[in-house]
This record gives sequence, C-alpha cells and structure tokens, in this order.
Amino acid sequence: MTALIRKHAWVIGLAVLLALLLALTKLIQPNFGAPGLESLARSALPFAFATAAMAVVVIVGGIDLSVASMMAVCAVTAAVLMERMAGVPALMIVLAVGLAMGLVNGALIVLTRVPDIVVTLAMLFVWEGMALLILSSPGGSVAPWLSGATRGPFLIDGLPMALVIMALAIAIVWLPIRRSKLGLAIYATGSDPLAAFRSGVAVDRTKIIAYGICGLFCAMGGLSLAALTGIGEPVPGPYLMASVAAVVLGGVVLGGGKGGLLGSIIAVFILRIIRTILTLMAIDPNVTTIVEGVIMVGVVMLGTALTLRGARR
Amino acid sequence: MTDTPLLDARGVAKSYGAVKALTGARLTVARGEIVALMGANGAGKSTFVKILTGAVRPDTGIITIAGRSARMGSPAQARRAGLVPVYQEPSLIPDLDVAANLRLCDTPVAAFVGWVADLGITGLRLTDLIADLPLATLRILDLARALASDPDVLLLDEMTAALPTDLVENVLRVVRARADLGMGVIYVSHRFTEISALCDRATVLRDGRTVGDLRIEPGVEDRAVELMLGEKIALGAREGAAISARTGTPRLAIRNLAAAPKLADVSFDLHAGEVLGVVALEGQGQDELFDVLAGFRKSTAGTLEIDGQPARFAHPSEAIAAGLTYVPGNRADALMAGRSVRENIALPFSARPRNWGPIKRKMERARTDDAIARLQIDTRAQGEVQRLSGGNQQKVTIGRWLATGVQTLLLFDPTRGIDVRTKRQIYPLVRELAEQGAAVLFYTSELAEVRLACDRAIVIFNGRVVDIIDAARADEPTLMRAAYGLTAAKGAA
Repeated sequence: MTALIRKHAWVIGLAVLLALLLALTKLIQPNFGAPGLESLARSALPFAFATAAMAVVVIVGGIDLSVASMMAVCAVTAAVLMERMAGVPALMIVLAVGLAMGLVNGALIVLTRVPDIVVTLAMLFVWEGMALLILSSPGGSVAPWLSGATRGPFLIDGLPMALVIMALAIAIVWLPIRRSKLGLAIYATGSDPLAAFRSGVAVDRTKIIAYGICGLFCAMGGLSLAALTGIGEPVPGPYLMASVAAVVLGGVVLGGGKGGLLGSIIAVFILRIIRTILTLMAIDPNVTTIVEGVIMVGVVMLGTALTLRGARR
Repeated sequence: MTDTPLLDARGVAKSYGAVKALTGARLTVARGEIVALMGANGAGKSTFVKILTGAVRPDTGIITIAGRSARMGSPAQARRAGLVPVYQEPSLIPDLDVAANLRLCDTPVAAFVGWVADLGITGLRLTDLIADLPLATLRILDLARALASDPDVLLLDEMTAALPTDLVENVLRVVRARADLGMGVIYVSHRFTEISALCDRATVLRDGRTVGDLRIEPGVEDRAVELMLGEKIALGAREGAAISARTGTPRLAIRNLAAAPKLADVSFDLHAGEVLGVVALEGQGQDELFDVLAGFRKSTAGTLEIDGQPARFAHPSEAIAAGLTYVPGNRADALMAGRSVRENIALPFSARPRNWGPIKRKMERARTDDAIARLQIDTRAQGEVQRLSGGNQQKVTIGRWLATGVQTLLLFDPTRGIDVRTKRQIYPLVRELAEQGAAVLFYTSELAEVRLACDRAIVIFNGRVVDIIDAARADEPTLMRAAYGLTAAKGAA
C-alpha cells in the first residue's frame, strides 16, 4: 500500500492540490457549483486532448510542437465535412486524418534522424498552412449532436458531460495501450533507447506509433474545438505551450520514460482553475500569466525536491 | 547434428566508411562449449560482438545457429534465433520496475526468480525500480534474464567487470553448469584467470580477422598474447631515451586512490620532467583515475598531493588552477567544434575568471601563432576546428596547453584514431613538454607508444597498479602480459 502511494505520489499530490483549489474557488465564489464545473470542464476539453497528445510523445522521449496546428487541421476538416456528409463517418475521417498526420511526423523523425523538435517545428508550419488551405477563414458547421454532446451533466448533476467524454475518449485509446507491450515499449524507448533496442524493442516503430497516438489525440482535440465553437477555426489556438506546461506539471519528465497521462490531465484542470480563481479575484490578466508561470516553476521545484528527499531516504 | 556446431559464424566483415573494422572474423561454438573471444584493443572484438547480437549488420558473412541460417537484423531477431547477449553495460530500462523489464522481453518470471536466487542475489522484489538498484545487481539481473529465456547461445561481454568476487564465482559456476546441460557460451573477457577457469577454447581476433583457436591448457596465456600481438609494424624508436631524474618532491603523489566503481587502489609518483605511461585494458579503472585527477569525479578513498601539498578537487576549474591539465581521448569533449583554431587554442587564457574582461588580442595572437607553428597545424581550414583532420584536431587540444605553459599534463589516449604521421609528431611534442619541466601522465591503448613517449609505465589491472615497467624493457609482450594481470611470470623480456 505504501509502495503504491509512493509510486503515485505525484498524481496524488496533484489531485490534492486540485481539490484544495476547487475548495478555494468555492470559498471565493460561494455560488460556484454545477454550472461552474461544467464550464470549467468544457473549457478544459481541448487542452486535455492536447496535453494527452503531448504526454505520449514526451514519454517516448520526443516532443511535438505541431499539436496545435494538427488540432486546427482536424477542427476545420470536421467543420467542412460535417456540412456535406453524415456526422459519424465524418468523425471517423477526422480521427483518421489526425492519426495520419501524427504518423507522418513520427516517420519523418525516424527516417531523417533529424531531432524531434526540429521536425515538428517545421510540421507546425506545414499543418498550419494545410488548415488554412482547407478553410481560409472560420466557417463550416458541426453536426448538432456533436455540439450538444459536450453540454449538460451526465446522469447526475455536477458531473459534466464534457468531463465524461474526455475521460472515456482518453481511456479508450490509452488504457489498452498502457496495459499492452506497446505501452511498455513506449516507456522503455523514452527511458533508455539503447537498452530498449538491446532488449529487443523495435525502437523506431514504437516512436512512429507514439506520434500516431499523439495525432489521434490531436484529432479528438480538434473535434472538441469544433464542438465547442460550432464552426472550424483554421488558426491554431494556444494549445502548444499550454500542453507542454501541463505535461511538465503533470509529472512527465521532458526527456522521456517517466510519468503518465492521468497526472497531466489533472494538471490541465489545475492550470485552468488557477486562471478562474485569478479572474474571480479580479486580478489584472497580465499579472495572471506571471502568476501561472511562477506557480508552475514552484510546483515542479517543490515536487522534485520532495522526490529527491524521498529517494535519498 | 552433433557434428554441426551450435553457432557458426564465418567470413564476417564490416567497414565503416574507409575503416575496415572486421575483415574475416570466424567463430564456432559447439553444444556445451564455452569459447572465449579475445583480442587487443582495436582488433574488432566489439564490432564482432555487435554483429553477433544483431545491433549492427555485417557487410558479408554467414551466421548459423543450430544449423539454421540466422538473420541478425536486430537484437530482437538475434534473440529469436537463439542468441541472447549480456552486454558490458546493463540493458535494463531504468524507469521501469523489474517485472516490466521481464515482460518487455517475454521472460518467464519463475525461471528468472530461480536464476536470481541461484546467482546469489537476495531480497530482490519484482516491484523494485531498476534505477534504484546497484550496478552489480543489475548485471546479475541481466544475466538471470538472459538465462531465463533459455538461449541456445549465451554471449557474455565483459560480464564480470565491476562485480565483486563472490558474485563472479557465482556467475562462473552457474554458466558452467548451464553449459554442461548443452548451452553454448561466448565469453568476451580480458581476464585470463576467468578464461582459464571457465572456458574450453579461445578464439583470437587481430586486425579484424580471426587469427587462431586455442585449447585452454597450461601455458596458453603466452600463445594468446603472441596471437593478439602478431607482427606489429614498429612505429620507429625514440632516440636518446633519457631517463629523467626522479628526485625531490614529486609533482604528483598519489596514494591508495580509489574511485567508484572501478578504481580500487592506485599509488604512484609523477615527477616534473617525466612522462609516465599508464597501461591498462579497457575498463580497468583508468577512466576513473583520470577523472579524479581532472576534477570530474571525486575519489572515494586515498590521497593526492601536488608538490607536497594535499589536494582534492570539487570542480575541474580547481584541477586546472592546481596546474593539472586534462586532454581527453575524445576530441569532441575538448574542442568547440564550430569555432576557429585560434579561439580553441586561446580558450584556456580566457577561461580563467580572473582574466575576464577585454582579451589582450596581441598577446593572444602571438601565443596562438607560436603554438600553431610549433605544432605544424594545417591551418587551411582554421575557421572551424571541425573541418580539420582528426590528427590536426588532436594537435589543437594539446597545443592550447602548450600556449598556456603547462605544469602537469594528463593525456588520455591522445593518439586514438589518428594517422601514424601525426602520431610521430605528437610523441616529440610530449617529450618536449616534459623537457620544459612538465609532468606528463600518458594513458595509451597502443602499447608500442610506451617506448616511444614514456620514461616508465604503470600497469593497472582490475583497479590496481600491478606493475611498474621502465621504458627500456617495455616491449609489447611484457606490457601485454602485465596488462592481462599475468605478472607471475615476470622477467620474460
């Protein structure tokens, strides 16, 4: 039991921090309730998918700077397709497009041996241009059921539908992988590529697949963007840096091999709710970003210090 | 079936660009046989091991295991073909626990646990994170994991380096017992005592080719040394090998120095005006010795005195301030590849904090010009050091200290991978530095260099100084025997 707590110390710590922040919100704004939770979950939706996408590639030892651009491509693809055809096939096509973009990123990195950060920086521009080619200005429309799906509670009041969709979508993709040998290979490759190679892991293939999963999550992120706004927006949103921030805060080590998706998703909510709290406290928006940055550095430093002390004991 | 060897590799060749690492390697292992794979530094041993384990594809060559032609395109394929390696460095994933590492290779857990116990590791839990376990345990886990997959052929690459004696005994016992049940073993090692205790046969590589097979029997050591050396082309002898006077307070006095994991107990004196060679096989503790002297790593025991004053370095800058100058074997570690020759030579001037501020251009230019001229550095490509040849790069790494005026020079394999002509320019340079009053510690992986550049040499084996040999009798067989820890039959030369 104690071993289990130690292993998941970071995630537990983040969950406690999130609970404290929720309580603080309630304290500042006594009428914060189900509607507040819903808007929080809805606003966190694209961030959560972007973070899941980023987390997978960071765990495998890479980084993908093109997540926001891929989300934009998927959002406009969804908006354009859903104007012309049935929702479900369109949804499938969008997921396939995301997966394909991710696989292209991964294949380029593996085949050219150019560093991840350089390849995906270049692809950031490529995908951005693609999105603008598909739809030069915000437009298109989304199947009404998709827009409606993120609204309202699920079964009980206070459990936002958006949160359930997010949890389900990420769990359906990630859990089977995490439990399979592929998941093991992803962690092994990120932890020590040479040792993984020597242990018989197909390192290159693992890397490409991880980028593919990243693309798939980006497609979900794009779909959620389209669902939230009802249209397709070709210009990428602020999801790149936000996802890196959440991944780092979530306990995934830049460099690979450590951390998981759960912590990163909790970190998304922490970063969102801090923003809400600062807004509620009527703090200058310019100061808000400074506070966010300081909190991030502070939490990561504190966490590292605690982990190191734990390891020395 | 009994006539066909379990593993049969022949005609294996591999070139890296113009460099022929292997030209014709051959190795056979019969069922139940333990074969030592031997060779001096640069004989192609590590390339051969990489090919056998699937990490590198050979240019030519046929490898069959148990009669089936084996395609070793990757370590995974080599495993499936029946050859499982245990590498010099642990190949377990640091951020995963033991159980996950087993799953990664589909290793049966029960068998693994059995082997771990048999090899004498107690108190291991499958939930232990690899990163938290000591190095010696990891090596044993690597071996247990390999054994648990029940391989046809087991390849052990310097398995016993950095293992305590009791674990070494366990390893040898278990491997022998397993071989008696029919497994074939390739045993790559520098240690004659282990080879003669464990192996049935030794295959010797030299210059990329298999040059002989030896039955392990008394006196085989001499044959093996002969085979490993072959007829070396002489590099030309040093004239007037003046033995410098070793009197007074030594520049460097080292007593019982130890540093984890491999340096156990080393003592020697290094005097001003002397070039002291260090002879050792790969991984005998020489890396740690140089790291401690250069301030990269802290010693775990023992003392270091400089000109009679005790010293202990917390940072490389302290070692440099104490007059100890390290020239790494890997030139990339020392040079700023994208900057000019001049800047690289001048770096030590400005690297000292007290010299911060405007650089004295005129003085810098005079001193760097002098160094460039004396080293005969080809300056056609001086704009960027990375465009120079390897030999010229190495001259820059030494030349920067020539310009500064050096007290104690620590040369770590300074002639690795450079051409004979440049080597011949480097030896007189080292001698000249010594004659100017510098004390030079000179580690070399090329035994012939000891006579050419050094006054005497210490031989390190297994983390300890096992011999001190004067240049006059430091011929290659003597050094090689000493480097392999065969000091019992001293005086053969």
